[in-house]
Amino acid sequence: MTNEPIIDARSLSKRFSVNKQPVEAVTDLSFTVQPGELVAFLGPNGAGKSTSLRMLTTLIPPTSGSARVAGHDIRREPAAVRRNIGYVGQLNSGSFAQRVRDELISQGAFYGLGKSQARRRADELIESLDLAPFAKRSVQQLSGGQKLRLDVALGLMHAPPLLFLDEPSTGLDPQSRANLWQHIIDVRAQHGTTVFLTTHYLEEADRYAERVMVIDRGRMIADNTAERLKAELAGDALRLTFTSQGDAEAAASMVQRLAGRPVQTHQDHSLRLTAPDGARLLPTAVRELDAAGIRVDCATGVPPTLDDVFLSLTGRTLREADAPEESEAKIPMEGPVK
Amino acid sequence: MTNTPIRGGIRRDTWNVLVRELRPVVRDPFTLIFSLVQPLVFLGLFAPLLIGQSGMPVDQTLRWFVPGVIVMIVLFGTGAVGSNLQYEMMTGSHERTLVAPLARSSLLIGRALKEVAPIMAQALLIVLIALPFGFRFHPGGLAIGLVMLAVFSIGLGSLSYALALGTRDREWLFCGVQQTLIFPLLILSGMLLPLDEGPGWMRAVSTVNPVNWVVQAERALIQGEFWDPVVLWGWVAAGLLAVLGLAVGIRGMRRSN
Repeated sequence: MTNEPIIDARSLSKRFSVNKQPVEAVTDLSFTVQPGELVAFLGPNGAGKSTSLRMLTTLIPPTSGSARVAGHDIRREPAAVRRNIGYVGQLNSGSFAQRVRDELISQGAFYGLGKSQARRRADELIESLDLAPFAKRSVQQLSGGQKLRLDVALGLMHAPPLLFLDEPSTGLDPQSRANLWQHIIDVRAQHGTTVFLTTHYLEEADRYAERVMVIDRGRMIADNTAERLKAELAGDALRLTFTSQGDAEAAASMVQRLAGRPVQTHQDHSLRLTAPDGARLLPTAVRELDAAGIRVDCATGVPPTLDDVFLSLTGRTLREADAPEESEAKIPMEGPVK
Repeated sequence: MTNTPIRGGIRRDTWNVLVRELRPVVRDPFTLIFSLVQPLVFLGLFAPLLIGQSGMPVDQTLRWFVPGVIVMIVLFGTGAVGSNLQYEMMTGSHERTLVAPLARSSLLIGRALKEVAPIMAQALLIVLIALPFGFRFHPGGLAIGLVMLAVFSIGLGSLSYALALGTRDREWLFCGVQQTLIFPLLILSGMLLPLDEGPGWMRAVSTVNPVNWVVQAERALIQGEFWDPVVLWGWVAAGLLAVLGLAVGIRGMRRSN
């Protein structure tokens, strides 16, 4: 599988019919993922993240388009795709009545592991995901964070080269979330697992993903590292404050020339602008203004977030985008289950 | 890539699903006793009334009534197993098994086969409990009767799972349908009271009730009447129900996503 992408999606589209009205859940999705990458699919609720994931994991067939996942066609060879991927869905995947260790061993058997192999692997994962104290408890008795760790363990039971996670940390407290991420990062470091996840937490995508695909209204609108997305699409928010309004106004044209960006003058003797590479621009501006005899009283530069990226791409913030689409997320009955 | 032959694959998958389904039962066998409460209530509170009313000797009344109670376990217990699958569909547990490389049919067949184990244990328990009260049976007949009961429970279990798959996103409907069907099936099987005294239309309807034929066949078998025509009809009813249940259930599972 040298050089073959582990995911190769070509024009994937999914249309649902809701009350006889067609709904385009995912439109013309094309991308490739190389083995070993850690990719986040970022977008508001209802953007089509889960539907995309459900197509790639063979849970639902695409309306049109095709994809090869782990070397196999999702439509023609779903069984081969399933053998080679791990999947952690949005909802807890341990059956309530089952004990933790039993459920892991069953999962191993499903993937063709021999009895002793399954037991050994289950114990390994119980150890590494801190499930040892609950191994003999039924799933029902676990807390949210414990259930989620079991979900991840179940997804990793057959040591898949590719792991899909659908909004893995939704509803977790910050500590459990950090804990979960540590586990994902460890597994990746040990086995070189490719990780593909969806999230609507921008901090999460920003912090952990090496590559972020932004999806909105069923279409991919950006695909790059978080750093590049922020540098190219958002830029730092800069603010320069002066001792008098006169200074501020005198500085405005100079700064505008330096930045090549529009500058706003505010009544509190300050200038504001957004500029890519603003962190570098700021000291230059201060020096030049100083040389021109204009004293800068205070200077701040705030680096952009992925929310700024989303805003510049769509004209909405992620949080704004969440609300109206909420109901739509539930529309496809055969699609993502909320 | 591993290319296991499809049939071996389904057999292995079914076995793995069956083993998984049996694990909670093995871990916690007391659940079997709890689900016996209803049949035990009928045995303890209804049988004495029946004995008083029928005017027949106790052993004869029990020989008539106990086979009915055994079939009742299937009706109440196995008929409700779809709700387990419903739980798994409400959480992500069912979805996980759909992403696993398992034949869809094995997810249904494995679950249906699993029903046999608790039914056998429960039926034997009922027989044991009835023994001290004068219940007598033909051992060979009981053995064959249990096999028929197994086939019947595979059919009813499959139908219950199919109903759960079909009522996805409308969980209330599952209970509604199941509760609506269970009592007509129960009463029109002559399980509690003989239908001989009932009106003609009731007897007519009961002839198309597979539960009725299974109950009658079990009664005959328990007395060692292997060659009674009702035994044949019992096999036909249980067999048809199993074929129908598996067909509908596997279809539902294949469409599940």
